[in-house]
This record gives sequence, structure tokens and C-alpha cells, in this order.
Amino acid sequence: MEKSVLIAGFGGQGVMSIGKMLGYAASDAGKYASFYPSYGAEQRGGTANCTVIISDEEIGSPAVSKLDMLIAMNQPSFDKFAKKVKKGGSIIVNSSLVTSKVEDSDIAAFYVPANDIANDLGSPKVANIVILGAYIGLSGALSEEDGKAIIKKMLGSKADLLDMNYQAFDKGLQAVK
Amino acid sequence: MSKEFIKGNEAIAEAAVRAGCRFFAGYPITPQNEVPEYLSARLPEVGGHFIQGESEIASVFMVFGVAATGIRSMTSSSGPGFALKSEGISFLAGGQIPAVLVNVSRGGPAIGTIEPAQQDYFSAVHAPAPGGFRCFVIAPQNVQEAADFVYEAFDIADKYRTPVYVLADGMIGNMMEVVELPKMRDLAELPSNDSWRFNKYNDDGSARILSTYMPMGELMQKKNKEMAAMYEAWEKNEQRWEEYMVDDAEYIVTAYGSSARIAKSAVKELRAEGVKVGLIRAITLFPFPKDAFAKLDYAKVKKMFCAEMSIPGQYIYDVQNAVLGQSQIIPIQTSGGVILETDMVVAAVKENL
Repeated sequence: MEKSVLIAGFGGQGVMSIGKMLGYAASDAGKYASFYPSYGAEQRGGTANCTVIISDEEIGSPAVSKLDMLIAMNQPSFDKFAKKVKKGGSIIVNSSLVTSKVEDSDIAAFYVPANDIANDLGSPKVANIVILGAYIGLSGALSEEDGKAIIKKMLGSKADLLDMNYQAFDKGLQAVK
Repeated sequence: MSKEFIKGNEAIAEAAVRAGCRFFAGYPITPQNEVPEYLSARLPEVGGHFIQGESEIASVFMVFGVAATGIRSMTSSSGPGFALKSEGISFLAGGQIPAVLVNVSRGGPAIGTIEPAQQDYFSAVHAPAPGGFRCFVIAPQNVQEAADFVYEAFDIADKYRTPVYVLADGMIGNMMEVVELPKMRDLAELPSNDSWRFNKYNDDGSARILSTYMPMGELMQKKNKEMAAMYEAWEKNEQRWEEYMVDDAEYIVTAYGSSARIAKSAVKELRAEGVKVGLIRAITLFPFPKDAFAKLDYAKVKKMFCAEMSIPGQYIYDVQNAVLGQSQIIPIQTSGGVILETDMVVAAVKENL
């Protein structure tokens, strides 16, 4: 098993956080993982992306040319990276901010209104946790338990936020079922 | 030992501390900034010292001064910074002062790009500075090796009293991977450097001099011959490489560092399609692993491929020098921050079957 995902969005949408959480979760689950960020020239309000690979074996390139999955958090990311998804792959579209539809019938599309779900839960900040749930629901690279464990670990002392984050995670899982 | 999910630059920094590094001086440059950032907080915790110098030149000479007292020391930078550090590197080699140099390289020439590239091969391997000396050069292909090789570099530096150059790139520096970090060294158990360190008197009570200036030609030549003998010993004893599926291979891909892990994926893909292809990965770049190429059966090898993230090619010159015309060598190259892709390697091999 080797699964690649590129996560892209505006700076500040938590794109790097999702990527790192996937890596930490995979590491804790005893798997190989790589997290490769676009680096250096990014700024707040600009675009950011990272590639995460989770595997049972040693990982080759951390920056693959053909993706198993894309998570497009905003429209420019969808426009730029949708064509990098391989046939049979999938795209998680943050339909709160992306208006385009996936036109290639060989690619499975999942429309998750992450920002709307997060706002309904009372915090726009958990939109990326909704997406984390959607990823785990789809990819098969990590279990639900792995996902919840890493949320708890990352929140650390902010345990009062745990319930809301778990809810966001579950909404993400449900959105792709 | 527990495993950690850690960024390459931070793994480099932590491995240095665990190897006994207690002094770092450097100047900021992308894509290695997390090395000094991490050490600025970490070194004081272990009684070490961190200095952000006013320039690269100042930084490397601070390392020269501290390392001369036998304290394990390191500097890091990227290509443009190494251009400035070159004078100090020559002094380290001339003074026979052990130190570790980490290049998290990026695209060039000049200020170039901040993205990963392998365009500092010549400068690291063949000409770190004028004066005709060598550094011991070792190239990691992932974050685990970045940590392991930096850790080991301090031992190699002490063993030979030489600067050791770890040639990484922006991909290794900026990616996070699962790593088992090496154990913390006890400084008391490090090899003694009393026989040469500057801040110790000679046995007869005279002051010790570590001179890089030898006005008498004969003396300089004697020293150059000693250093040449050391480089020959490295070539005899320290060549390191990895072979993957080489035994029955009709096609050989060779690469080092990041390119090698990408080339390995290509080899796996091609093998799955029945192509008899193997990989030779250079781990030490100086000494160059000539033996890996010398022992190939060229009656069996139909073609070779040399993958690197440098245009024009640089690594390929050393490969040619090791293959000695016994096989055609087809270059597969990207540069300027364009990352080599598995598909490129697969396509190049298939076009040449």
C-alpha cells in the first residue's frame, strides 16, 4: 500500500497542518510517511501545498507526478492540481470555496463543504479537521482511530476543543460515505 | 529507540548535537534555515554555543577557530553561501582541522532558486575552494540518512582531521519523514584530540601552532603529499555505495542523494514490467565509489543511465571516469528546482531498450 495526496489551499487554511497530522498519524501507526511542503516563497493569503505519502514500504519520490488523491481547499488549487490526479484516483473538493466540478469520469469526486460544516459547528478553524475526516474516510491509509488519536495529540492541553474537533472529524467521515 | 516524524533540517541539527557538536556558526539562507533555527535553541541546552555570524565568511572562520580547540563544530548553508565560505573551507583543510559542513543545496548558478537541486556537485566534490584539496563528501538520500551521516561525519572528521562535507538538498532538508535518531554521545567518550588541538602545549612545553602558511616550497609540498596519501587511503578504504538489483541487470541506472530514491522507484516499476534494470547509488561522492563501476560485467550491461538534478550534468563526469568508456551512459537531467520524476527515468530507460 502506498497512497499519495496533495493538499493545497490558501495560506492560513491549515493545509500544512493537515499534511503534518497525516504524517504524525502514519508514523504513530508504524508506517512509512513523507511530508513534502512547497517552501520558502509562501506568504499569508498566498497559496500553499504539501504532498503526503503514506506507505508500508520505503518511499521513493516524496513529490510524485501522479497523485492518488488531491484535496483542493480553494479554487486556484483545484485549477492547478486537478490534472495531476491519476486515473482511478480521487479528489476531495472543498465545495464551500470551489465552484468547479470534476469533469473526468475516471476520477472519483467528493464534494465536502468544509467551511460551511465548520461554521455550523461554531468554528471556521475546524474546516481542515473536516477534511482530515474525509481523507481518512476515503484513503484507507489510516484508520478512524489513528485520526482521532492524532487530533487528541495535536490539541494537547486544549482539551476543551476536543469535542468540537471530533465532531468536525465525524462530519468529514460522513460526507464521503 | 523510538521513531519520530521530523523535518530533515531539524534531524540534521539534532543529530549534530547528539554526535557531540557544541558549536555552530552560520548565516541564514533557504532551504536550510531550520538548521540554525533549531540549534539556536538547542545548543545552549547542552552547554554549547550558537552564533549567527555577520556573514558566511565570518561564520566559517568562527568554526575554524573553535574547531581548532578540539570542540566538535559545524556550519551549514546552501550553494550561494558555500561560495562565500570557500576560503574558510580551504583553511580548515590546510590546517587539518576537523569540522562538519552541511550543504542543503538549491538551484543555481548565482542566487538561482530556493528549490531543491544537485548543482553543487562539482563545488562540493572537486573544488570546495582553490588550493587543490579534498573534503570527504557524503550524500544522504532521505531524512534518516541525513541524521545518520551528519552524526557519523563528526567521527570521520576527527579520524582524518579533515572537513567533512554532507551534501543534501532542499528536498531532504524540508521534507518530514519517520526517523530513528542516533543516541546522545557522551563527550567524555569522544576520541582524544590532545595530540593536535591548539589550546594545549606540546610535550616539551612549547606553544602549539596550527599553521596554514608554509613559505618554504618543500614544506608545503611535503604536506600536500601527506594529504594526497590520505585521499588515496579514503579511496582504498572508504568508498561507499548501494546496489539494488544489479546482479542480473542489463541496464544500470546510477544516481546519488534525492535523485537516487526517485530512480529506485523507477527501477522497481521497470522490474515489475520485466526490464532487467538495477541501481547503483553513490553514497560517498569523495571518495567516489569507483569500485562499484569497476566490478560490473560490461559484456552483460547494455546501457547505463545517469540521473541527476543538474543541467549541465556534473555527477555524470565521475561516472564516466569510473566506467572508462565501457558502456554508453545516457543522461537523465533536471535542474533549477525542477524535481526529477520517476516517470522521466522510466521513459528514458524504455526509449533505450
